[in-house]
Amino acid sequence: MQYPSKYIEKAVEEISSLPGIGKKTALRLALHLLRKDEENTHALATALVDLRSKTQYCQQCHNISDAAVCSTCSSHHRDRSVICIVENPQDVMAIENTAQYRGLYHVLGGIISPIEGVGPSDIKLESLVQRVAEASDPAIKEVILALSPTMEGDTTAFYITKKLKPYGVKVSSIARGIPVGGELEYTDEITLGRSILSRTAYDTSHS
Amino acid sequence: MHLESLELLNFKNYEEINLQFSPEINCLVGSNGSGKTNMLDAIHYLSLTKSAFNPIDVQNIRHESDFMVIRGMFRKEDRQETIQCSLQQGQRKVLRRNKKDYDKMSEHIGRYPVVLIAPNDTDVIREGSETRRKFFDSILSQIDQQYLLWLLQYNHVLKQRNSLLKQFSENNTFDRDLLEPYDRHLLEFGQLLLKARRDFLQDYLPYFLSHYQNLSEGKEAVSIRYESNMDVANPEAELRNNLRRDLALQRSNIGIHKDDFVFEIDGHPLKKFGSQGQQKSFLISLKLAHFDSIRQHKGYKPILLLDDIFDKLDDHRIAKLMELVSGHAFGQLFVTDARPERTERIFQQLSDTEVRVYRIEAGEARRIMAE
Repeated sequence: MQYPSKYIEKAVEEISSLPGIGKKTALRLALHLLRKDEENTHALATALVDLRSKTQYCQQCHNISDAAVCSTCSSHHRDRSVICIVENPQDVMAIENTAQYRGLYHVLGGIISPIEGVGPSDIKLESLVQRVAEASDPAIKEVILALSPTMEGDTTAFYITKKLKPYGVKVSSIARGIPVGGELEYTDEITLGRSILSRTAYDTSHS
Repeated sequence: MHLESLELLNFKNYEEINLQFSPEINCLVGSNGSGKTNMLDAIHYLSLTKSAFNPIDVQNIRHESDFMVIRGMFRKEDRQETIQCSLQQGQRKVLRRNKKDYDKMSEHIGRYPVVLIAPNDTDVIREGSETRRKFFDSILSQIDQQYLLWLLQYNHVLKQRNSLLKQFSENNTFDRDLLEPYDRHLLEFGQLLLKARRDFLQDYLPYFLSHYQNLSEGKEAVSIRYESNMDVANPEAELRNNLRRDLALQRSNIGIHKDDFVFEIDGHPLKKFGSQGQQKSFLISLKLAHFDSIRQHKGYKPILLLDDIFDKLDDHRIAKLMELVSGHAFGQLFVTDARPERTERIFQQLSDTEVRVYRIEAGEARRIMAE
């Protein structure tokens, strides 16, 4: 495509390198920015630059953070004896939104998958073992595995459990089974079978 | 269940075509290379979301074009349903039912079952065990959605496990804890699939044997034997005992991906000991039993696609097949033939059946009126 300005061309090139954005959408976005007030573009540019230069990964849980240690890890209101293990930062946000969890997190930053060449050393596993081993006052009592119920999630959960075994910490996994509002007859056999095996005592206070 | 009409856009040698079909017999006649088989393949696409002949989707787009559309109107009892399969070069294939896209292709498999009898079927006898597994997997997937899901999961575990074995070998390492979850999944899905295959064969065999007997009129005893290296008292130990070999070869040697369905005639391998005629009877019986087991499970007849079989079969077997056609054993039927006069002669005798004949020529079709 011929652009009237080489600056448009450059902008289109950069914007279209983002996932899910093609050349045409990129051009539309670029022209949109030109039409709007200049401050809009500056605000966007500053936000992007700050995104890169001011955020970092928490030294403890590896979640995205504004400081060396993130606000969750440094909070006095969280239960420091429980760690919830997730694959990525989006998972932390999803669990936080439930408002059902008050412990700490550990973001693996990936999941074991030999096909994609991701092994245990490619995710933040060593540091998790270290966290569990070194924590005192309070010591870690429980590790909750909150990984996707896929083959890769299962494999990673299994591997982590094995690695944590020597430390005698309780390892639990989020429940998997029939979704709330789901119907039994449309649930696949494996899910249904597992949810029967891992059934829970009926709790009248929740219904 | 039958296909009422078919619309093709840039599929193989068809630029644009729209055909109405008989719910009973449809004949596609025309010289070789005119596109008769392509028409059957389009119906195959609508049923199984892929070509029966070329697994690479983009190669089924007409030359000089960058997209294709296959659209079929099916009738299932009193409902009419539109199935559309479309592909734009460089994008994902999209399958749509009544204007709603499927999330997964696997959800569609088995809704509009077809059985195709084609010249390259002999591969299932001549080639390795993979073609036979594919043959039976295809039937099982059409009658049992769960089977297909298990199979996809199993193949995924297998791929992960093999990648891991390869990495162990390349890095000269070994980590039992890392391998163990794959072993457990392999065993779990393997056992489910093994049982499904074994149970299925039990249902399927009687159909097969009765067709073979009818077609051959011979005294030879034929059989299909299911063989699996997972069919042992302790498959877990079997997997463990083969670990050294798996590591050396960098792939998994135990599992249902090594299964075979052994075709035998009088206790000997069919491939070596069966005559040409016996092999043909065997093949047709496999397909007709395929038809029967789908009909039994679905409660309706799958669409039968007969590609060029009059050339490949002798008069005796054609006569036997036509007995089934005239006895209304089949539902909707599509037949291709390079020689229109032969097709006419064969179907002339069927008085109480709606037969539609299309002459196909270089990607165009013209209906020949039956007199």
